[in-house]
Amino acid sequence: MPKTLVDKIWDAHVVSSIAGGQDVFYIDRHLIHEVTSPQAFDELEARGLPLFRREQIVATADHNVPTRNQHLPIEEPLSRSQVDKLTENCRKYGVELYGLGHQRQGIVHVIGPELGLTQPGMSIVCGDSHTSTHGAFGAIAFGIGTSQVAQVMASQCLLLSRPRRMRITVDGQLRPGVTAKDLILYIIAQLGTGGATGYFVEYAGEAVRSLTMEGRMTVCNMSIEMGARGGLIAPDETTFAYLQGRPHAPQGARWEQAVAYWQTLYSDADATFDAEIRYDAADIRPMITYGTNPGMGIALSAPIPLTAAEGEETGFGKALQYMGFQPGESLLGKQISHVFIGSCTNSRIEDLRAVAAYVRGKQKAPHVEAIIVPGSKAVEQQARAEGIDQVLAAAGFELREPGCSACLAMNEDKIPAGAYCVSTSNRNFEGRQGPGARTLLASPLVAAITAVEGRLVDVAAVLETASATQPEAALAASA
Amino acid sequence: MEKFEILRSGAVPLPIENVDTDQIIPARFLKATSREGFGENLFRDWRYTADGQPRPDFVLNNARYSGQILLAGKNFGCGSSREHAAWALYDAGFRVVISSYFADIFRGNALNNGLLPLQVSEEVLQRLLAEVEREPGTGFIVDLAAQQLYVPVWEQSIGFDIDPYKKECLLNGYDDIDFLVNQKEAIAAYEKQRVWAY
Ligand code: SF4
Repeated sequence: MPKTLVDKIWDAHVVSSIAGGQDVFYIDRHLIHEVTSPQAFDELEARGLPLFRREQIVATADHNVPTRNQHLPIEEPLSRSQVDKLTENCRKYGVELYGLGHQRQGIVHVIGPELGLTQPGMSIVCGDSHTSTHGAFGAIAFGIGTSQVAQVMASQCLLLSRPRRMRITVDGQLRPGVTAKDLILYIIAQLGTGGATGYFVEYAGEAVRSLTMEGRMTVCNMSIEMGARGGLIAPDETTFAYLQGRPHAPQGARWEQAVAYWQTLYSDADATFDAEIRYDAADIRPMITYGTNPGMGIALSAPIPLTAAEGEETGFGKALQYMGFQPGESLLGKQISHVFIGSCTNSRIEDLRAVAAYVRGKQKAPHVEAIIVPGSKAVEQQARAEGIDQVLAAAGFELREPGCSACLAMNEDKIPAGAYCVSTSNRNFEGRQGPGARTLLASPLVAAITAVEGRLVDVAAVLETASATQPEAALAASA
Repeated sequence: MEKFEILRSGAVPLPIENVDTDQIIPARFLKATSREGFGENLFRDWRYTADGQPRPDFVLNNARYSGQILLAGKNFGCGSSREHAAWALYDAGFRVVISSYFADIFRGNALNNGLLPLQVSEEVLQRLLAEVEREPGTGFIVDLAAQQLYVPVWEQSIGFDIDPYKKECLLNGYDDIDFLVNQKEAIAAYEKQRVWAY
């Protein structure tokens, strides 16, 4: 019987099926971090259970860490105790930890792929909803709650019902200046925050296939924002090339065998999906969000809608009031005081390169505070090796040390109440970046342009002028 | 986990759609390493001003409404996977959330903590909200074994769905971990013969 990619991977992980339609589902890789793991370790302790397969767990400290002076002890006592607790638990149970100060530390969804921990065909979980990022490699990857973290620790399995399958195909090529972030913001704006609820989404089509691994991760990352259980992309040569030689990737003969297996991971030509959606890449423009959920997105050059999308009526007025915007209004020309480039959505080397290519030789607007938080130590080091740090510093951007930072504002990196922040992260919920903070989600390129202009401007127009005066930069920015 | 059998209670209306976990419990309150005490910060930024004063217009600060049932708008619990959201609701005394849709991870987290996510149609939800807003003291009966939400003022009972395995767990106060740990032999056998070992 023809199978979808999700079914192929799912079937390979079913230990047994129980009455009522649930499967005992095996987990290959379990990633943990300081915020959602302490209560799970306590649970094991309280029940006197051992870690079942400790070599399949990898830990990092990311959500709560400061992004300055990481070599010093964490000042905030609660954050410090959470990070210490993780270190203590990892030591006690023998779990591999990429903690603060480690040369490969970083955001869990950035370091997993970087280290080659994320591989095609795997099942991957983490106590974090953006675990869907790892689906970019053709894996079934999804976020779980802390009780489930404890279950995986105790049994390497979860009880799950098989997800429904959706395929989203994006035909054609993206326009210059339109990035993976715009692609996914566009899809979420079309489908709404609940549009893919209960589904695993396979992204396909020429526009998706043409993306780099970094771009694919950006797309899969935000699957959760439309309610999907996860998102994934069939592995191909781009995937294999990214993985080869990474520390945890298979080596030698194992590599050949792995690739041979991975090449079988695609949806069969006549496989049927529970839902199929098609978009045309040419319809996508640089995007921005104007409201308080990621589905409230528009082309940057388009006005805010006059009325709410169907079913979102109660949220629309409340969101606009929070954001200080009017229905039907254009965002072009709006003053922006903060720019945040970071998070597991857009903090990889490619994102930093795109920003640097655009801001080279330019200056941020004087009233803008622009911070760049790399996704990992490796990204930070790579940026330094390429001289990106110099370019950013010269343009007035501050390059920090890695962590989740202002994506969720658990550490001291907060956007002040009422301030507008163009952010490359994934959530614009009320107060997400600090109480009262107003978040506009966009691509790193839009964020960089906004920082330089100090207000929202039409990207297409800017790129046109840039290509007249500075062809290489415009080219790099549209890559 | 505590057993869930029959609950008789009033309800607190929160007719907002897409209530995300950052509203239920903002990230800055996730720094505890135990499960207790999150109730204090439930809906923190809707419930209190920046200097900690209760906002009189928020429903949890309105003495007219009380009960262990939260009546919430569609797509409740979207966003982050933080189980702290379920812990905060439970800690604040809620045992049931009624909505016309729950985000997947929240639904699972709630069930794993003895908090019942009770899904009704959008139409029923709107009628329930209208009823409670009209008459704040309206009582309800949630009978899990029978899968019925009884609304005495309507003299009517509304059926709801729940996964049969999850229902058993809630009724008996069991959780998945007990079940899974008992599967270890089958799991070890699976590991020996799987398609590709990572
Ligand atoms: S960067 Fe943001 S979305 Fe990503 S894992 Fe950290 S907090 Fe979650």
